[in-house]
Amino acid sequence: MWSSSVPAFIPFFLAAALALVTRGRIRSVLMLAVVTLSGLHLWFIDGEVLVTMPFLDYELIPYRVDDLSVVFGYVFHIAAFISILFALHVKDTMQHVVGLLYAGSAVGALFAGDLLTVFVFWELLAVTSVFLVWAQRTERAYQSGMRYLIIQVMSGVVLLAGVLIHFRDTGSLEFSFIGIESLGGCLILLAFGIKAAFPLLHTWLTDAYPEATPTGTVFLSAFTTKTAIYMLARGYPGTEMLIYIGAVMATFPIFYAVIQNDLRRVLSYSLINQLGFMVCGIGIGTALAVNGAVAHAFVHIIYKSLLFMSMGAVLYMTGKIKATDIGGLYKTMPITAILCIIGAASISAFPLFSGFVAKSMIMAAAIKEGHQVIWLVLLLASAGVLKHAGIQIPYFAFFAHDSGIRTSEPPRNMLLAMTIAAVLCLAFGMYPKMLYRLLPFATEFTPYDLSHVVTQTQLLFFAMLAFVWLNLQGVYPAERVATNLDAEWLYRRFLRRVVEKFGAWIRFSDSGMRERAEENIARFTAYLAQRHYPTGKGAVIRPTGNMVMYIAILLAAYLWLLLSFPQH
Amino acid sequence: MHDEKQYLFDNPRNVKAVLYLLYISCGLLLLIDFVIHRHVANHWEKLLGFYCIYGFIGCSAIVIGSKWLRAMVEREEDYYTREELTDETTPPPEESHVEQ
Repeated sequence: MWSSSVPAFIPFFLAAALALVTRGRIRSVLMLAVVTLSGLHLWFIDGEVLVTMPFLDYELIPYRVDDLSVVFGYVFHIAAFISILFALHVKDTMQHVVGLLYAGSAVGALFAGDLLTVFVFWELLAVTSVFLVWAQRTERAYQSGMRYLIIQVMSGVVLLAGVLIHFRDTGSLEFSFIGIESLGGCLILLAFGIKAAFPLLHTWLTDAYPEATPTGTVFLSAFTTKTAIYMLARGYPGTEMLIYIGAVMATFPIFYAVIQNDLRRVLSYSLINQLGFMVCGIGIGTALAVNGAVAHAFVHIIYKSLLFMSMGAVLYMTGKIKATDIGGLYKTMPITAILCIIGAASISAFPLFSGFVAKSMIMAAAIKEGHQVIWLVLLLASAGVLKHAGIQIPYFAFFAHDSGIRTSEPPRNMLLAMTIAAVLCLAFGMYPKMLYRLLPFATEFTPYDLSHVVTQTQLLFFAMLAFVWLNLQGVYPAERVATNLDAEWLYRRFLRRVVEKFGAWIRFSDSGMRERAEENIARFTAYLAQRHYPTGKGAVIRPTGNMVMYIAILLAAYLWLLLSFPQH
Repeated sequence: MHDEKQYLFDNPRNVKAVLYLLYISCGLLLLIDFVIHRHVANHWEKLLGFYCIYGFIGCSAIVIGSKWLRAMVEREEDYYTREELTDETTPPPEESHVEQ
């Protein structure tokens, strides 16, 4: 049964089933082993695989491996392995099972060759991932997860509508280039856009990710959004609109991240900023740009999970994650601090770290295609990444003011997972060939030439200098306990108010009608009562003789009628 | 628990050392721009020290922009939750490692 046509999501679902019936160490070993085998299974696939399956009148392609999807497949396996390892100490069967189901759904969506299969896994992604938020088991997390689920499922509904229209127009369900010329294409883009956290559609991410469990967020950060990025790279490369959407995504979250107090929320905004670079690359659409987007997604998954892991470790060990509550943790968690700094250096794209070799491809592509302004915006965003993710995260968690918290390093499995991620960050940064070999298009790109290295280092060091200077001047916004309004205000406050107002109006008019009805009934009973009280007309006592007279009248009328219409 | 141990950055001299290291690196990086000839892909880059200036100003602009943004969007922490949650006192997450 070992053949290359076994879809890659099956091992994950199998592992989830195994995790359900096993315990302790056996479960740990089984989960890691199955994911490793699945990864190897994918690694040894030679060329392309296409599995087709007839379903009703359609020809479905539940499994398709090609150059573009396989890169994401590799990194999804790496992410799944790291996330599982990071969560091994958790004594919560549900989290292990849904973690695997979630990763499996992402892998399934990745290798789906037709849009109907994409839809199925798209919804599975939503339904499985929400349990990682709910696993926190607080009312806050429950409500946040609910909002998350509603938006995710809505994305699925839009996708299905788009797919059906697309099918009616083209007569094919195959998932290849779609474009935005037709209504179906636009709807599908909107569905992908919701999961890729396009501006204004992004609030589910910054709402739910910081509410998930310390280990759950690591899973979440890897799969949903990057599946959407893959979908965009497959269906919409070269769509100009995406360049501008990407540029907005790369910039606006920076401002939000700077004033955010919850460090996992800072990382969530930073996640959107990173997606912006990828969306931009896809929008530019040349071989170099799409390669850059894919490479960026690849390294990003690893360093982002490293950062979320380090913050997860802090949350797990101290029970706190707000910048105002923690600080000075380097004293008791030095290894975690160093690993976090490696992640921070990678996301900031310092030379020799993995972010550098990927992001510079997108920047180079933007310049090459003449997008000067976009290039300037992305450059600003690069400085911003350093600011909010590169400095803010390690600085506020591990340095800044000493919170007085004395804890210890996290459990060994957490440290090991972080170490693996950190090693990969450095490895891909120092040997970019390893990464470039996997990319879908054959292009030549050398990140390590003097100009690239010098300019990027200048940018980053002077951005750091600005941070230090502003901090010493006291201009830098201090961490504050607060809520910052974002687009979610529309449905959490505005829509709530509208519904409340509408409800109040309904209640008001409803009570008015009830009042009037009650008044009428009361008046009617009063009238009846009045008639039948001793002095009322209805209460007059009539003698029996009256009745005899009425009967006589009745009989007379009867007689008159009978005589008028005699029987035939 | 109170520990008397001195850690690396408890000593202000070490903090100073790190800062001076940063200043010196920045100075050197700026000097390099006058020495080497980097290839330029657009005219912005021709400016001497363009990346240094852009990094510094860009980063400051972001911080100042954030302060403006904060002035607009900042609300009390329970802005949403005071209406949404039925029970304000959320118990600590079950998974937390902290001993109460």
